[in-house]
Amino acid sequence: MMAADLSWLEIVLRAVSILAAFLVLPLLIGQTEHKVMAHMQGRLGPMYAGGFHGWAQLVADGAKFIQKEDIVPAAADKRLFRLAPAVALIPYLVALAVIPVHPGVAGVQVPASALLVLVATGVGVLGLLIAGWASANKYALIGALRGAAQLISYELPIVLTVASVCLAGGSLSLMTIAGEWRPHWLLWQLPGMFVFLVATVAELNRPPFDTPIADAELVMGPWTEYGGLRFAFFLLAEYAGIVVMSLLFAVLFLGGWQGPFSDHLGWLWTLLKGFVVAFLIIWMRVAWPRVRADQLQRLAWLVLVPLALLQLGLTGVGVVMGW
Amino acid sequence: MSDAPKEERRDPTRGKTPGVLPGLFKGLATTAKSALRPTHTHEYPDVAPELPPRSRGVIALLAENCTSCMLCARECPDWCIYIDSHKETIPAATPGGRDRQRNVLDRFAIDFSLCMYCGICIEVCPFDALFWSPHFEYAEFNLSDLLHEKERLGEWMATVPPPPALDEHAAEPAEVTAANRPERARPAAGDRPARPARQTPGDSE
Repeated sequence: MMAADLSWLEIVLRAVSILAAFLVLPLLIGQTEHKVMAHMQGRLGPMYAGGFHGWAQLVADGAKFIQKEDIVPAAADKRLFRLAPAVALIPYLVALAVIPVHPGVAGVQVPASALLVLVATGVGVLGLLIAGWASANKYALIGALRGAAQLISYELPIVLTVASVCLAGGSLSLMTIAGEWRPHWLLWQLPGMFVFLVATVAELNRPPFDTPIADAELVMGPWTEYGGLRFAFFLLAEYAGIVVMSLLFAVLFLGGWQGPFSDHLGWLWTLLKGFVVAFLIIWMRVAWPRVRADQLQRLAWLVLVPLALLQLGLTGVGVVMGW
Repeated sequence: MSDAPKEERRDPTRGKTPGVLPGLFKGLATTAKSALRPTHTHEYPDVAPELPPRSRGVIALLAENCTSCMLCARECPDWCIYIDSHKETIPAATPGGRDRQRNVLDRFAIDFSLCMYCGICIEVCPFDALFWSPHFEYAEFNLSDLLHEKERLGEWMATVPPPPALDEHAAEPAEVTAANRPERARPAAGDRPARPARQTPGDSE
């Protein structure tokens, strides 16, 4: 479906619904993280905001962030400093727009959506780099450099595994890939799934791969100098990233909308599968300690990249054999 | 990474190192198990805390028992107890009897901004006028508002729990033993040896 086919009303409607999903789903993930992490640590988590089990905690947090003073350090590169949160946030909005949730339903349908998502999520890390450089703070700079090193180590495995799935689906369109998905892919693409999940956690700078943020060593890494709404944007970018990458995982490896009653409940299946992946990402944060920056490099180059290459070969064999 | 051979970095008591994966799964299992167990959170303002017996929350005063003997005020390491009293004369109950005097408590105040909750005043009170209460919610915004007079200290008597039950096979409290002691056999008046005549210094010569 090309843009020329869309009426103005439809364009506005799609834009609004994407924005709504972009603002609501990350909060849902954030609240889930609050609650899941709390219970995994024997706590209750937020209980007051909103009345019922603290459901409005993140809304309250947002209201607090808006009220805070907008501080730009005197030594900072002010224009870059102000730009960085947007650079971190907007790519995930773009990526979310092209992810299909239902047969024939995506915010925007583009032919090579898999490629677009990869490019967009790769840009998101630039926000971290810009923030670290512009802050004029040594912790921020160290964090940003760690982020850059991490970018190099995980981007390649992600691209290779997505390429493998595109190869298996015979298309660069996420819509087609999800449509082509068959249950035996779960086994066939298993190494790719593992590699993609690990690399995703690294891309999102989530524990156990949160060395760029590493609040115990680097204060808050590139976010150190940020406060108020700009800091909230970085947080939103992190959780929007979880949403995007979880949905991407669900579409690429778990068949997206495929499941019982997928004609009507396909979107629910996609969201449900994505939510399971997001839960796994949250679970990893609670269960595992942070790895060192050099350990991540080692893992990426000695395990993930060879595994991804192996998967690519396996997929090639499978496509030729007609699996 | 050091160049030391791998054997040296291993814990010799553990034998073969299990590697990374079992630890990762153990972490997942542990967190999952704690997520399924009840939480440890005490929802304090909503749910009253379960305080241990003999909690030292605040010192309550039973003013009726106080004789203004000042022992507590003098033993207090912080000098945070203020007592004012005056004497009243009770006229003799029987004709020809002696008038008696008793202390009347005018002021009994404890400054909880100074009190260090040592409980010495409670230990030292011979008349059981002071008690520990587990009540602890009496924070104030101003330090000087923590000086509480006897009316407020008396209100806290309602929160004083009954004394804890004695341990099994413990000796009976002194009061009970005294009350249960059999009447002492009083010697008859005739048996008593005659009191020696009173001697005055002038008698010896």
